[in-house]
Amino acid sequence: MSKKLAIIATKGTLDWGYPPFILASTAAALGYEVQIFFTFYGLQLLKKKMDVKVSPLGNPGMPMPMGMDKWFPVIGTAIPGMQSVMTKMMKAKMKSKGVASLEDLRDLCVEADVKIIACQMTVDLFDMNHSEFIDGIEYGGAAMFFEFAGEADISLFV
Amino acid sequence: MADFDQELDASGLNCPLPILRAKKSLAGMSAGQVLHIIATDPGSVKDFEAFSKQTGNELMESKEEGGKFYFLIKKAS
Repeated sequence: MSKKLAIIATKGTLDWGYPPFILASTAAALGYEVQIFFTFYGLQLLKKKMDVKVSPLGNPGMPMPMGMDKWFPVIGTAIPGMQSVMTKMMKAKMKSKGVASLEDLRDLCVEADVKIIACQMTVDLFDMNHSEFIDGIEYGGAAMFFEFAGEADISLFV
Repeated sequence: MADFDQELDASGLNCPLPILRAKKSLAGMSAGQVLHIIATDPGSVKDFEAFSKQTGNELMESKEEGGKFYFLIKKAS
């Protein structure tokens, strides 16, 4: 019987979107049965039109271009427009280094039969609609996660 | 270099794409056939070792030449 990996994805930023999709797609390639439970801001990663950003705010370990992280005052990261500048730079850097886009990794997960569950409570909480999300996913709650996680070999909270 | 049945050029791709592409290529091959992979991601050396151990597809050869990495993987039966 194949090994099982259960992941909870709670973050809705470009950088934090990578770990769940990279780990899930790789585990699937290694023969794992994988399930990801998306809750709270993690649901942004399931939107048909994914529009996630990388935030320099409260992200002290993030290397910034031109050594900005060394001499730029912390308050500078809150300047309007800084987030979209950082997002553009991060996307360009990832592309130049051959790192897949989040959309591509998500497609690879779906293709590899990674089971995707969206937290219905979060959908209700933020007045979201099922039509905003990609097809082929299921909606459920914590109990549904444990049904799979209880049998899993590895469980991760991201 | 030994003979191979199919080739995958994963040059320029970064983790985890070389592994995912290799898995996809192997899925379309039959048992005993050999896949030749070319990669530029230095992390792929350890990754293909781990991939081979966990999937049972034998890593017949792994080498670096001129900044590129070459692997031969035989599909398990």
